[in-house]
Amino acid sequence: MSESPIPEKTPQPDIMLPDPKKLILSASPHIQCADTVPGIMRTVLLCLIPPAAASIYFFGFHAVRILLLTTLFCMAFEWICCKLAGKTSTLGDYSAALTGVLLAMNLPPGVPWWICLIGSFIAIVVAKAIYGGLGQNPFNPAAVARVALLVGFAGPMTAWVTPCQGFFPDEGKAPAAIQVHETERKPDFTTGATPLSLAKMAKTPEEIQALQTPDLLKQCFFGRTQGSLGETSALAVLIGGIALILLKIISWHIPAAMLGTTLIFTWIVSKADPSLTPGPVFHLCSGGMMLAAFFMATDMVTSPTTRRGKLIFGSSIGIIACVIRIWGGYPEGVSFAILIMNALVPLIDRICYKRPFGWHPSSAAAYTMRRGEVK
Amino acid sequence: MSLPPHVARFTGGIHPMDGKGLSNGIPARTAPLLEKYLVPLHQNIGAPPKLTVTKGELVKKGQRIAEPGGFVSVPLHAPTSGTVGNLTEVPGVAGNTLQAVEILSDGKDEWGSGLDPIVPWQEADRKVLKQRVADGGIIGMGGAAFPAHVKLSPPPEKTIDTLIVNGAECEPYLTADHRLMLERTEAVLEGAAIAARILDVDRIFVGIEENKPDAVEAMKKAAGAFGIQIVPLPVRYPQGAEKQLIFAITGRAVATGGLPMDVGCVVQNAGTCAAIRDAVVEGHPLIERYTTVTGTPVVHPGTWIFRVGTPVKEALKLAGGVREQPAKLILGGPMMGFAQSSMDVTVTKNTSGILLLAGGETGRYLSSPCIRCGRCVSVCPMRLLPGPISVMVECENYALAEHNFVMDCMECGACTFVCPAKRPLVQHFRRAKAEINAIRRARKKH
Repeated sequence: MSESPIPEKTPQPDIMLPDPKKLILSASPHIQCADTVPGIMRTVLLCLIPPAAASIYFFGFHAVRILLLTTLFCMAFEWICCKLAGKTSTLGDYSAALTGVLLAMNLPPGVPWWICLIGSFIAIVVAKAIYGGLGQNPFNPAAVARVALLVGFAGPMTAWVTPCQGFFPDEGKAPAAIQVHETERKPDFTTGATPLSLAKMAKTPEEIQALQTPDLLKQCFFGRTQGSLGETSALAVLIGGIALILLKIISWHIPAAMLGTTLIFTWIVSKADPSLTPGPVFHLCSGGMMLAAFFMATDMVTSPTTRRGKLIFGSSIGIIACVIRIWGGYPEGVSFAILIMNALVPLIDRICYKRPFGWHPSSAAAYTMRRGEVK
Repeated sequence: MSLPPHVARFTGGIHPMDGKGLSNGIPARTAPLLEKYLVPLHQNIGAPPKLTVTKGELVKKGQRIAEPGGFVSVPLHAPTSGTVGNLTEVPGVAGNTLQAVEILSDGKDEWGSGLDPIVPWQEADRKVLKQRVADGGIIGMGGAAFPAHVKLSPPPEKTIDTLIVNGAECEPYLTADHRLMLERTEAVLEGAAIAARILDVDRIFVGIEENKPDAVEAMKKAAGAFGIQIVPLPVRYPQGAEKQLIFAITGRAVATGGLPMDVGCVVQNAGTCAAIRDAVVEGHPLIERYTTVTGTPVVHPGTWIFRVGTPVKEALKLAGGVREQPAKLILGGPMMGFAQSSMDVTVTKNTSGILLLAGGETGRYLSSPCIRCGRCVSVCPMRLLPGPISVMVECENYALAEHNFVMDCMECGACTFVCPAKRPLVQHFRRAKAEINAIRRARKKH
């Protein structure tokens, strides 16, 4: 570079200078926060431990069986899809494992192994890989799988198992499918149908009232009811869900909007017509409401990115779920509600995006390209 | 003087680690004279200056060695007395190559700028003061490198009523402006007063982030005499960005694609103000500046006063070198600075920091998919949509990116800092801007 000789001073022997050849060259910014996608997924899995542990406590071997099967099948299908697409395996981001665990939480404890297989296939291959993998799917994979199974295999999907029968329940199989006229028996959530099925069948205010005794509501909250793996204990899900918010993985907007709207809506309806449906506590603690509010509806890929959008999203899910529960054909409507709102997420985001800082109507004059134009 | 302004919070922003503890308590030291300085010619935005000296010519410290290449240009001055050497090349901060003139020191370091002090400046003609700012070779020293006299010459249709001095220094690790405001308090304030006189405004604010309480105190004590108001600002990156600073102090939002003068404001860095004062009161052009040499690999981090043209290698030697091989050498701050691949790059008029990052502190980028978590959207100070725009750029849909205001991105890096998928968002936006500008230029031709 320079031609004129410089009288070189002897460099101090103890001063070390960087070797320029070993310096990394990349664009700014040069520092990043510590969060990673695998880290986020792992934390969600950690927060699913309370519900998963509760399900094992209630359903013993069945819960372990289903958890293992769905998780392994989901990971296997993801690995196969990556291989077929020629991509490096994405198992390292833990999203397949997470989908597996969430799917398990949505399945009744008595389902046969092939339901787990078909469910995992639908969740990973149909609802995720076909769209391009992580970040590209418009619908919540576990919800798609659950709804597809419910519609396609209604029988096995109501294979409820009596909770707290020990780790290896003697029967191993569930009681028979719901019988329509069960109203003579005193409702008991630990045998027979799920709380929501009973609510759907109850026709008079007295029957509705009978479902809401403090003992029965306590059962809904703490567990010991019939239901899918993640649907029995509202408390366990609540613990995991609040941990998720405190660890800043999800924001409070969707759970608060969903649960708040459910509370208000069911309170109004049950007061207006006591023969229609039980009150808010029953609805909040039964079925998949809690699990959906904290773990399913909050799936980042399929929910709005703006805070206002999240509130709209959460409240709409709450209302749609309650409408299906009260007036619809199915006893539980949360999964359908999630899928319906997933479809509307691009529209919600579009409405809720703010204009840039300092936007002015004259800013549009600067655009040189027409919308939709390819370069 | 007007009532204390209400500090408006701008949307978004992040809290990266502070890192300033490495150097903010250490007084600035003057770097010893080197035997040779390699002064790059083109250090400013605008036209490069034209060399007016020849090899072998004797120059004095502060003597003009290059004249402005146009209105948006500044002269260049010798950092010390001695002999002009060869015209050579040095690496520029952005990986480019700059022409540089060697100045071989004669060891005497004698001033000879040919500029007389303008005292008292309060009575001098405003045009004379402005010309002195131009003759002093002063550019924006916060990193922007825009000629100061041009900033102080708004078109007559723009009414300016406020001068804001940027003492925020929101980048982590950097403490140059902090030490400057502590040690040369009156110089900064006097320079601001001179700039205000040139602009003919009497509302002057100095914005300082609250993580520099001693600087806030020192500035507050001295500010009353100049009629200047010190505004402590909440600590949030990028509080020192021009538009966010104006909004915080005055509540006015600069329109997208607009300039501060559109809302009646002119913003100058604290260092630039001190340089204005030196040029006017002492007759000293801009030949040296406060720079932080810092980072955990550095043996003795601290703030130095370097002459323009000091090679970074010499700067690091003064700081005791490194105790381990760093992963990155950055000129500027960690959020918007430029990574370097050579130690021959030199300190220029707008080098605010020389930062070394260890391997564990350096970010690594991946091309993972966007998981639409929305963190980038919530931290963008310009209220843009970094995640969705980056996907558009990956698909090369530049029309859609332009419609989503990618041209308004100020590349602050807040979005990239929070992205859990470690996507190189700012790099995507730079690419989009380059492509869109190329298309615009091509359209103009037809």
